[in-house]
Amino acid sequence: MTIISIRPFLAVGVSLLAAFLIMFSGKRPNLRESFTVIASLIKMVLVFSMVPAVLEGDVYEYTLFNITDTVGFTLRTDAAGMLFACVSSFLYIPVAFYGIGYMRGHHEKEQTGFFAAFAVCISAAVGIALSANLLTFFVFFELLTVATYPLVFHARTEDARFSGRKYLIYTLSTGQFFLAGIGVTYYIAGTLDFKAGGFLASDMAPVAILQALFFLLVIAGAVKAGLMPIHGWLPSAMVAPTPVSALLHAVAVVKAGAFCIIRIIGYVYGPALLLELGAAQVLAYIAAATIVVSSLIAMKQDNLKRRLAYSTIGQLSYVVLGVAMLSPMGMLGAMYHIVAHAVMKITLFMCAGAVIVTAHKENISEMNGIGRKMPITFGCFTVTSLGIAGMPLVVGFISKWDILLGALEIGKPVYLAVLLASALLGLSYLMPVCYIAFFKKDESGEFAKYGEADKRMLIPICLTAVLSVVLGIAPNFGVHLYNLAEIAADAVMAGFYEPTLIVTTGFAGGVLL
Amino acid sequence: MNSADIFGLVNDFLADRGIYALVLILFFLGMFGMIVCKNYLKKLMSMNIMQVSIIFFFLCFAQKEGGMIPVLDGITNDPSAYINPLPHALMLTAIVVSLGTTGVALALLMRLKDKYGTVEEDELLGRMSE
Amino acid sequence: MRHLPVLIPILPLVSAMLCLVFSKINRNLGKYIVICALTASLASSVGLFVQVMRTGESVHYYMGGWQPPLGIEFVIDEMNVLILVAIATVALFVCIYSQSFFSGKPKLAESDREEANFLDRDTWLEKGGFYALYALLSAGLLGMTITGDMFNLYVFLEIASISGYGLIALGGDKSVLASFRYLLLGTIAASFYLLAVAYMYSITGTLNMADMGMLLASHKDSTNVLLAVSMLIIAFGIKMALFPLHGWQPDAYTYAHPAAAPLISGLMSKAPALAMMRYMFYIIGVDSPYVGKALTVIGFLGACGIILGSVMANAQKDFRRMLAYSSVAQIGYIAVGLSLGNAYGIIAAVFHILIHAFMKSSLFMVIGAVRYRYDEVMIDKFGGLNKHLPLTTVTLVIAALSMVGIPPTGGFFSKWYIIMGSLESGHYFYLVVLIISSLLNAVYFFRVLETVFVNKDAELTEIRPAGPWKFELPLSMLVPIVLFGIIIIAIGVLNAPIAADVLSLGLPEVLAI
Repeated sequence: MTIISIRPFLAVGVSLLAAFLIMFSGKRPNLRESFTVIASLIKMVLVFSMVPAVLEGDVYEYTLFNITDTVGFTLRTDAAGMLFACVSSFLYIPVAFYGIGYMRGHHEKEQTGFFAAFAVCISAAVGIALSANLLTFFVFFELLTVATYPLVFHARTEDARFSGRKYLIYTLSTGQFFLAGIGVTYYIAGTLDFKAGGFLASDMAPVAILQALFFLLVIAGAVKAGLMPIHGWLPSAMVAPTPVSALLHAVAVVKAGAFCIIRIIGYVYGPALLLELGAAQVLAYIAAATIVVSSLIAMKQDNLKRRLAYSTIGQLSYVVLGVAMLSPMGMLGAMYHIVAHAVMKITLFMCAGAVIVTAHKENISEMNGIGRKMPITFGCFTVTSLGIAGMPLVVGFISKWDILLGALEIGKPVYLAVLLASALLGLSYLMPVCYIAFFKKDESGEFAKYGEADKRMLIPICLTAVLSVVLGIAPNFGVHLYNLAEIAADAVMAGFYEPTLIVTTGFAGGVLL
Repeated sequence: MNSADIFGLVNDFLADRGIYALVLILFFLGMFGMIVCKNYLKKLMSMNIMQVSIIFFFLCFAQKEGGMIPVLDGITNDPSAYINPLPHALMLTAIVVSLGTTGVALALLMRLKDKYGTVEEDELLGRMSE
Repeated sequence: MRHLPVLIPILPLVSAMLCLVFSKINRNLGKYIVICALTASLASSVGLFVQVMRTGESVHYYMGGWQPPLGIEFVIDEMNVLILVAIATVALFVCIYSQSFFSGKPKLAESDREEANFLDRDTWLEKGGFYALYALLSAGLLGMTITGDMFNLYVFLEIASISGYGLIALGGDKSVLASFRYLLLGTIAASFYLLAVAYMYSITGTLNMADMGMLLASHKDSTNVLLAVSMLIIAFGIKMALFPLHGWQPDAYTYAHPAAAPLISGLMSKAPALAMMRYMFYIIGVDSPYVGKALTVIGFLGACGIILGSVMANAQKDFRRMLAYSSVAQIGYIAVGLSLGNAYGIIAAVFHILIHAFMKSSLFMVIGAVRYRYDEVMIDKFGGLNKHLPLTTVTLVIAALSMVGIPPTGGFFSKWYIIMGSLESGHYFYLVVLIISSLLNAVYFFRVLETVFVNKDAELTEIRPAGPWKFELPLSMLVPIVLFGIIIIAIGVLNAPIAADVLSLGLPEVLAI
């Protein structure tokens, strides 16, 4: 059932309004920060209030106005969109608190612009999640690009300037390809509305055009998701303040890219057509290669944030791989990995930021023994590191397990090998950090005077770390995100594979492992 | 083809289209002057030549053989006996416009001359970039 | 009410005459007369807009009561009524904006005064003369838009041009030469236009546009039409600064008087572009074989202009000159839109005329504001501009994003309609051009934004004080600037009604959708 309700627009609009208010309250920091917090709370309530209906199979839909003469500016809450919207709007809250603590603790300049751009980014992310057609999607996608730019150059150093340029070059240029692709899609299909299972059909255009169009559409998402030959902006963008890295480079921007790919594969092309075209296969290979290569690069990084950035690149490729495999379990795993990775990576980034603010250290080699001074921070770091590597009882395991099953389902041992190898690699680049922090001796004794991080930072860290464990034990905790992922994956894959086949192969795979 | 034929052809051409050829020559003379002359005053004069050629052009195709000036004299009531007055009226306006343009151009040239002491293109550009 | 159409050009025309006389009595009186006249023009244009939209029929006005083939006719239909309103709006608000330039002496050192690049003397003749010319220019542009008579168009064209030469020459010493060059080229254009009229008149014997359209139907492939079409390309090509006939334009825009530059840059090339569209699609008609060829030429020149204009804009250090070259590129968009020769193409072209009028005017108002306060035009001196002129910077950002074509600003949608049109007519070449040009636009506009936000604060010497109540500028400047920023977004948001409910109703019959 479709419920006509403006609520999706309110959810998007509330932080845009907040951004506006923040701009005009620059002189009073407390008022400004309260806008951020209030907006984040209202946003979460609005988004979560739509979940029960979506779980029952209803959708909220609203067309505010026509965006061009034939395409509406429409938001629609299908299961996949709700999943992403819930994640971004929920994680906005801890990061808002954390950001306030970080920015004040670090005495950053230009905080007004920072919080305003931040609010716009979250709006854009929720807008991306809830867009009902490609053009609305594109509007929010570009909004996200532009709003992230000031966050990247925030430090206003030469480094930041070049990172900002790099970011723009990558995202704007692929954005134009995306636009051209949308134009062509509209021309051949006559519609842009997302439909589970895809709205393009093989008789609409020659195969070669459909194949080329696929890459035209996917490339913008691939850049934002940091797929490998075009990932360059992501590590450079780590010059941004840590809350930005945490929310945007673990949740909003990169996930928007991955979500874009999900939309294109699941809702524009559809698995059946892609299997016929064979285009998704290429994407899957690229993603698999990215997973391995990025983990290898991550091991070499000494800067903690850069290491995490490369880890992000690898983890995002899980999502892309899961979707591009075109198997039901893979789709489910990919959707849930958006949640899982967001919760875990945000914790890791916030821990890194806490170290920067408290002990002014960015490099792993300088962190000898710091864990003993900041036990809670590094405790959380260790737990979520295990999750990233795919250990059971942490949320990362669930999504990775599903993706593994997906790989078995379509009978591709290559992917299986890649996934297992990357789990080991994940351990090998994150565990040394924990080891250094906890077990190496602090010879210079410079950390003696530092204690645990500021509470405004510590509480969000604990919250997300606990959440990643809770979700690992009960994936449906809270707002039934796992069910949402299941509904979405079922809708996309409906009629594509026989359900019994899924159960048997899945079971066999489990036994095999 | 003997010389008489050629002479006849040329004669016909001149009688029929000759005036247009002259207008065309005038027009391109003006254009040529505007492009080639280095002196801004000469450019302006060439521009006037070009404008005049267009006025001629209008007046020429308004003519017809045996036509009278379009003044209602009470004797001839046949419109085909008069030449078309409209192009003449139009060209009155065009002359006014070209006069206005020339006036503005001359004022601009005076300003240039005051400031830089020359209206030669090369010298002027040299002095401006100093 | 019946006489509304004639009021639009006549009132500014009369006010120009009165302006000089009354300026002799009181220096401000003439200005107020011009503002009143322009307000009345705007009101009548809006009235006509409402009337056209309500009745759904175009408004015809016969000058002096003479019926069309003999008398001069004014036609207001769905195609030009929006442009009419836009021109009246820009003219009025730029007029309000310009006031401050003539009040109060700037604090310039005596040595700088020599080199100050515009006149600010406050004698009655200069002030009255400026506003008289301004009113004439507005009258010419307004008249050009609505006239239905070919020779009347010439008269208005020359009224606009001659007063434009004067306004450009007021900008200071360099501007005199720029103005003279424009005068030479502009006269060539006018001469070619007259020749084209002569060729068409000589086979039909009428000067009324609608009448000419009917009578030409039986002469679609006569040589006269061929000559007329090619001369129209040259004539309007020069007037609208279509590449490669744009030689006059960068200097003229750069050195024009800052108070008049927004009007000159925003509108002087737009009215000829609209006239070109009238000739190609309404008078001669696309079914003439020569128009088809002409459109191909225009499109090719437009595409070259888009690329080369953007490349040249990238090389500029002077913000005004950069904007001037960017205009060459933007006129290319209009030309490409026209050349597509289908409904979407025309909608794109007219929409772009509309949006570009506001974008360019607001950008020139921004640079005018910077000159007003600090007498600075170089891009590298813009560092930290957002601290000195916050609201102005907001408009700068909006206009820049619109130039690049980021949704939801207006610039994006003309791009979208061009994409639709080029796909429909199979000109994929323009799609590529559009992508490249967006990226080049992004490079030079984001360079400016980067300078503003990332560079260290430039040292600016204040030559005029800020406005009242802590506003950065006098309200007469600030209000138009902010208003135009809002209008740019509003046009983007309202593009669907503009395209579907207004422009597509005014399409020529052969193309109507």
